[in-house]
Amino acid sequence: MSATINLPTILRSHAGGSRTIEVAGSTVAEVFDDVARSYPKLAEQLASPDGGLPVFVNVFVDDEDIRYLAGLDTSVGDRSEITILPAVAGG
Amino acid sequence: MTAIHPQILEAMLVHADNCHPEESCGLLASDPAGAVRMAYPLTNTLRSSTNYTIEPREHVKALRHAERLGWEITGVFHSHPHTQAYPSPTDVQLAPDPEWLYVVVGLENRSHPVVRGFRIAGGRIEEETLTFERNQT
Repeated sequence: MSATINLPTILRSHAGGSRTIEVAGSTVAEVFDDVARSYPKLAEQLASPDGGLPVFVNVFVDDEDIRYLAGLDTSVGDRSEITILPAVAGG
Repeated sequence: MTAIHPQILEAMLVHADNCHPEESCGLLASDPAGAVRMAYPLTNTLRSSTNYTIEPREHVKALRHAERLGWEITGVFHSHPHTQAYPSPTDVQLAPDPEWLYVVVGLENRSHPVVRGFRIAGGRIEEETLTFERNQT
């Protein structure tokens, strides 16, 4: 399976300045494993100590928030678009 | 200096007033020339008077709308219902993008809101002068 990850500006420096990257995997977890092989610095931004998603990162598969799907086990189809957005928060 | 069209200013002020006493929040989009073209009033999932988090699914919808028009998300606005229009320590800590414009609507005096813009990078706050003029296309 080949999918595309859309990166926010804040993370593009970890992927050579690219706005999008091509990745392989049939679930979000597998895709992130693929990211770790090619872009280890980027993968660090997508990991948390408990093995889940960092609180301040939101991940969408074809514009659906994976927290409302199966989390990191969410299926990724061929030509799926995965969008990573920073949580926008403050006080 | 960043020009904000009065209608965009009005959208931010109305959202701040409608959400009061909770914090309002939303995103700003700009065209390729850098002109701010849209304020997206969005939901504060925390429903709090002291904190906000933009509803992520609304965030992605705003992003798609902006992309369809050839724009980019270039900033965020939120209100301080009871304090001044200046970034809080939490705003600085959680600022997601050093290139974004951070607009704060201060409602210390609700009938006389204060709107100020900032850049937040590396923990440092720099004020960005905002002008509210109609001379944009």
